[in-house]
Amino acid sequence: MLVNRKLILAHFWLAFAVFGIALTLGAWQMFIRSPIGTWLSNPELYYRSLTAHGTVMGYVFPTLVAMGFGYAISESALEQRLVGVRWAWTGFWLIVIGSVMAVIPVALGRASVLYTFYPPLIGNVFYYLGVVLVVVGSWIWVALMSINLRVWRKAHPGAPVPLAMFANVAGAYLWAWTAVGAALELLLQIIPVAAGLKATIDAGLARVFFSWTLHAIVYFWLMPTYIAYYTIVPRAIGGRVYSDSMARISFILFLVVAMPIGMHHTFADPMVGAGFKFIHSAFTALVALPTLLTVFTICASVEIAARLRGGRGMFGWIRTLPWDNPMMLALAFSFVMLGFGGAGGLINMGYQLDASIHNTQWITGHFHLIFGGAIVIMYFAIAYDLWPHLTGRELIDLRLIRTQLWLWFIGMIVTTFPWHWVGILGMPRRMAYFDFGDPAIAPQALSVTFSAIGGFILLASGILFLVILARGMRAPQAEAGPYRFALAVHQPATVPIALNTHALWVALMIALTLTNYGYPILTLAMTEGTSVPAVYVGAQ
Amino acid sequence: MSTEETHGNGSASAEVAARVERRWATIAVIIIVMMALLAAFAGIHRATMPQPRVETTDPSRIHLSGEFVESNLGSVLEANGNVTVRAIGQQYSFTPACIVVPVDTPITLRATSADVVHGILIQGTNINTMLVPGYISEQLMRFARTGDYLMPCQEFCSFGHEGMWGKVKVIDKIEFAGRAKGGGRLSCVGQ
Repeated sequence: MLVNRKLILAHFWLAFAVFGIALTLGAWQMFIRSPIGTWLSNPELYYRSLTAHGTVMGYVFPTLVAMGFGYAISESALEQRLVGVRWAWTGFWLIVIGSVMAVIPVALGRASVLYTFYPPLIGNVFYYLGVVLVVVGSWIWVALMSINLRVWRKAHPGAPVPLAMFANVAGAYLWAWTAVGAALELLLQIIPVAAGLKATIDAGLARVFFSWTLHAIVYFWLMPTYIAYYTIVPRAIGGRVYSDSMARISFILFLVVAMPIGMHHTFADPMVGAGFKFIHSAFTALVALPTLLTVFTICASVEIAARLRGGRGMFGWIRTLPWDNPMMLALAFSFVMLGFGGAGGLINMGYQLDASIHNTQWITGHFHLIFGGAIVIMYFAIAYDLWPHLTGRELIDLRLIRTQLWLWFIGMIVTTFPWHWVGILGMPRRMAYFDFGDPAIAPQALSVTFSAIGGFILLASGILFLVILARGMRAPQAEAGPYRFALAVHQPATVPIALNTHALWVALMIALTLTNYGYPILTLAMTEGTSVPAVYVGAQ
Repeated sequence: MSTEETHGNGSASAEVAARVERRWATIAVIIIVMMALLAAFAGIHRATMPQPRVETTDPSRIHLSGEFVESNLGSVLEANGNVTVRAIGQQYSFTPACIVVPVDTPITLRATSADVVHGILIQGTNINTMLVPGYISEQLMRFARTGDYLMPCQEFCSFGHEGMWGKVKVIDKIEFAGRAKGGGRLSCVGQ
């Protein structure tokens, strides 16, 4: 029952439009820093582009996808009209206004601080205010998801919350709490300085605040993908979810352990002591658990589909899977990229191994493989799956869809594998250009060239994706029927209260964050003499 | 969402599913505990720990007094035969831009930033640390081979970031001792 189709479509179209722009910027960046492009006469343009690319891909695009998908889940899983439609539109417009407000100073070169801000570098105040508006808009969505679930619970006392909605609300709570770190950094530290009320800033403390948002923001980006793994893929390929309760446990684990791990981004920083670095390293290891559980449950769910289609033997069933089904293809690609990216992640998490690759091109390779690869390819799959229900028209050209998914997969591998390699060689990230004439750097030229080619393959795939969606808006009308989610092998009649509500887990998430961040933040805040003069970007 | 009754032999298959699942979950937990133990072992026993202590310094005064005044930057041979290297990062260079150290000697790198966040990365090694203004980064190093290493700034520090490359020259122990005789602060800038 999708009533507010326009609302959902608006979120998806805006998400994919800004994605297209940021993707183009990304490809351009790869080109001009590679030996096949000419050197930039003004490297400053590179950092404007990098800031826009990161801000859109990090904040605007995934947030809009999560919101649009969340509204769709709320209406179709709960079979209930969305409560608070007017608020939902308010949230949407806040994001539009925020994005425009942020991107203008970036385009003018007044906010080249990248999406990770880097105080004491300080950009134009409207850049930060724009980001704040985007986050505030998304918080409206968080509240609406919570309210809609509450309304449903009142009407269905004691009934199991549909898995898709349970996961969706877990993702919303995770985001609400995750964003607090960056919000504290912006409101307490950066914006007063950017607005000219203060002239100094504690860069170390600001970095700790930001690490609160990183890394958990990645799990917020991941939520729609995991929801698709569990609740769309098995249905789309004719299988069933292996275990409903394992799915719930995975989402709960994300909620609890994804939060207090961000200090692994400061392993090489001087303002965090070794003890807290170790604790965050251990918690980062723990967050591999829900992913390992998911890999098992989804492979088992896929196996069910294969066996229902007559698959036999230990591995023989893999052949009988519906490989021409775009959803199957997207899942397989997503898992391969998650596997490589996850293996790299374990190396980054290793408290000591991190030193070899910290802030090198390896890191860029890692998170592009996870976010740009494993996560975004499932965003495509979600859009393909939802589109007929949103437009009332069928997406007919499956071959084109498969081509698009193949291109994205190949492009991602060609882009990120060389990055991992030059990262091991010690190539730093965030560089506008390299002096390939230097004999010490020249051997890396070939790898950088490959990455640039990968960037163009990705761009081609992205354009194809937009074309397929746009053509889908004009296809012949066909009623797709109600939007359904996958059923479990043993669809639960009742669910233990701990697996049916979020309160306990949210409390645990907040408590763990406070213990893992409280002491370092308090000691840093009370240490005198660590504030340093702000350095204004673009000031002459 | 419609609730569905379980299939015919529901309880038996559910039991199998639960058993397989439990086994997998146990394996996953073991993997994670192993990884944490490895990190703990390497950290405690082998003492490979990044930045164990938090030290602060006022970046607006480092040029005027204290450890990081210009005359104190560079490599110095300590009485016990170890070497201490002091350096600062600033937009868009390191001082000294070329660090000279002896091979096969325990070296302590002490560095900070004079303005924004920078980073030191010595290519081909796992020497890698952030320079955050207001804080001192300390890292232990030891080079097994002589030779020249590139030392780029690995953290975005504004528009000139891509031009911020330093060098490390690892030389023979005796040659270093000879040059360090006077007790001065050594560097290889201009060599």
